[in-house]
Amino acid sequence: MDILANLALGFGVALSPYTLFLAICGCFLGTIIGALPGLGPSNGVAILIPITFTLGLDATSALVLMTSVYYGAMYGGRISSILLNIPGDEPALMTTLDGYPMAKQGRAGDALVLSGVASFVGAFLATVGLMLLAPTLARVAFFFGPAEYFALYLLAFCTLGGMASNNQAKAALAACIGLGIAMIGVDSSSGLPRLTGGNLHLYDGIDFLVAIVGLFAIAEVFFFIESHGKGSSIGVKLDKVRIPWKDIVSTKWTMLRASGVGFVAGILPGAGASLGSFLAYMSEKSFAGEKGGFGTGVPKGVAAPEAGNNAAAGGALVPMLTLGVPGSGTTAVLLALLMTLNITPGPTLFTERPEVVWGLIASLLIANVVLLLMNVPMVKIFVKVLMVPAWILLPGVTMISFVGIYSLSGSYFDLLLMVAFGILGYFLRKLDVPTVPVILGILLGGNMEDALRRAMTLSDGDVTYLFSSPIAVGLWIAAIAGFVAPMFLRGVLKKPPAVTD
Amino acid sequence: MTTRLFKALLTSAVVAVSATGATTFATSAAECIAPANPGGGWDFTCRQIGKILFDIGAVDKPVQVTNMPGAGGGLAYNTVVSERGSDEDLIVAASSATTTRLAQNAYAGMTADQVRFVGAIGADPGVIVVAADSPHQSLGDLVEAIKADPGSVAFAGGSAVGGFDHLKPLMILKEGGFTDITKVKYIGVDGGADAITQTVGGFTQAMTGDMSEVVSFLANGDIRVIAVLTDERVPGFDDIPTAKEQGYDVVAVNWRGLYVPKGISDAKFDEWAGKLQQVADSAEWAQAMKDNGLAPFTKVGGDFQSYVDGLVTEINAMSKELGVLQ
Repeated sequence: MDILANLALGFGVALSPYTLFLAICGCFLGTIIGALPGLGPSNGVAILIPITFTLGLDATSALVLMTSVYYGAMYGGRISSILLNIPGDEPALMTTLDGYPMAKQGRAGDALVLSGVASFVGAFLATVGLMLLAPTLARVAFFFGPAEYFALYLLAFCTLGGMASNNQAKAALAACIGLGIAMIGVDSSSGLPRLTGGNLHLYDGIDFLVAIVGLFAIAEVFFFIESHGKGSSIGVKLDKVRIPWKDIVSTKWTMLRASGVGFVAGILPGAGASLGSFLAYMSEKSFAGEKGGFGTGVPKGVAAPEAGNNAAAGGALVPMLTLGVPGSGTTAVLLALLMTLNITPGPTLFTERPEVVWGLIASLLIANVVLLLMNVPMVKIFVKVLMVPAWILLPGVTMISFVGIYSLSGSYFDLLLMVAFGILGYFLRKLDVPTVPVILGILLGGNMEDALRRAMTLSDGDVTYLFSSPIAVGLWIAAIAGFVAPMFLRGVLKKPPAVTD
Repeated sequence: MTTRLFKALLTSAVVAVSATGATTFATSAAECIAPANPGGGWDFTCRQIGKILFDIGAVDKPVQVTNMPGAGGGLAYNTVVSERGSDEDLIVAASSATTTRLAQNAYAGMTADQVRFVGAIGADPGVIVVAADSPHQSLGDLVEAIKADPGSVAFAGGSAVGGFDHLKPLMILKEGGFTDITKVKYIGVDGGADAITQTVGGFTQAMTGDMSEVVSFLANGDIRVIAVLTDERVPGFDDIPTAKEQGYDVVAVNWRGLYVPKGISDAKFDEWAGKLQQVADSAEWAQAMKDNGLAPFTKVGGDFQSYVDGLVTEINAMSKELGVLQ
């Protein structure tokens, strides 16, 4: 009952015509920002922070606006993933794997609506989870030390082998390229720069957004130029948008499971939404087995990562609010906003500033409903942006990519780097090497190495430290099983290729 | 076709303008560079000081905050020194980390005299923290435990190895007569809150950081602050003993302040110093300090420049002694 009373307090703070209006504006802007390659939720929120000050918004209104943008961007990321095969932001990476093939089969509308619903389910469940369990769940972070984090990242990499449906060796090669790139920058355990060639711009390593935009968007432009604009892979037709009830019903358990996986991944500081969508996709893939047809454009492959990444977005708020530890890049920006508003997140925030916490939770629920209403019936409007002919769209994408990447650090060096990644992406695709594992390597490699180095510092180099807790052992078992099982099961499960409809 | 083309152009133009809008109106307004991603101390400095400058009417337009992460502040430093050396409307957030890195030559050869330090208007006192259930009741206990077995205590902190958070326990240990400082275990994690979760979780035995990072955990009863590294006890935290009164004469505060390009006129420098003083004196800043666990620490103008020079010399000497700098 306490929760209902608190929720009533939250809605009392957050539900007024003015804040509703802000929520709608925020959701719309967020969806557009998320849909544009390069501009992800974190830069979207960061760019909009000055606007909240200029408008003179109070704490609650500012929070409503920012969380709407945050959730909106998480929704929007899927649009360009599905229609262009270019992830709108890093967590939407996994949605390209099944979303784009589905769109190519002429089911773009179905994929968009289904992913919208999956996003809603994920975000809604995560918000409920945040509401019910936040103070308890915050304790989970206390059980994760360096050894446990290392095992968690290892789990992510061990399931990578199954990523590429045709050639696992190439997926492994791509992951190694990504890991190599992740090594660039100041080594956090010795403070010495590695592989930077003395260039200050490389001291912080390579921003994965630069890599994503380069490998996907810029590489696409090169392909377009090569083909003189003919037969470009982009520009999927979208006819009638109907609600695919059949797919929604058939993926309901997938959505629920993926939300659970995503939420837990979101709670762990540092893991974030990308790991959430990745683990959700991988667990569903192994759950479905070979006959699931993941990677060929099945509804489950669209629903899982979307439910996963939106649930992770909600989960990431748990450590941010209760510990002051941001679980993802975007929550780090929200944390900055809270601190500027003189609200210091931490264990006492729930009791000291209930109006802020419950106002935030209420505004998340509002944003989520607004987004569902906005994204399902109005999906055509967003799609219009991306439905223009490729010879107009691609220069536009290029322009937005340059603007988005420049806004990251205001340095031209990132632009050069982005183009270099574009060239790399072009050759990788020519050689039929998947680019998704490259990104995952860059995204998770640094964290994984840090976890290992810290574990080794704490244990004086004793390797058994890595298996010293039940959580770590459990994760190791899951990782090894995830790596080995497909090799043995392949013979058993080998069946004629599933007929995809 | 034509309408579609028009729509597309219009849409991309609108989007591009809204995306760049935030950075383009900086031409006439003052700009504050936070040399890190949003969310950290430098970002806080820029946003808070920028907001108060506008609120109290010291500037006529809202201060534009630019995040320029890279090389632990080195990228922003390089930009200011080499590209914007005489920009009168530019202020840059700085803290002890800036001077630490300058002293350790971590900005690729750039030195502290290549910019002008305007002032500091608040400081985050250094703290040494243990979990609430830790056997170490005082700083003395902790130091003795390390002396007996250096491997038994690991520190977690928010800065990289060799950073300010790492130096704090080393300074204390040196003061306590323990010289084999390379034996002291330290892991650098992503920020103070993360360092506390590692310590409360029992993965490390002590946390080294700033007061602001521990306030809410302290109120929650998860941790015990065994020493604060200031001259006197911090108002509002009167039951936390200083390291000094426990016999370890170490003072380490993380000041929050600003620097400006070297090439600006003396008049302009004085003007910024005056504005910073205005912020320091405002009720809004007093409230912001209180909410964020900062202690009053105001040094503005020429006074501050000599303080910074002293600090750089001191940390440089110490880093050499500690072996983190050749």
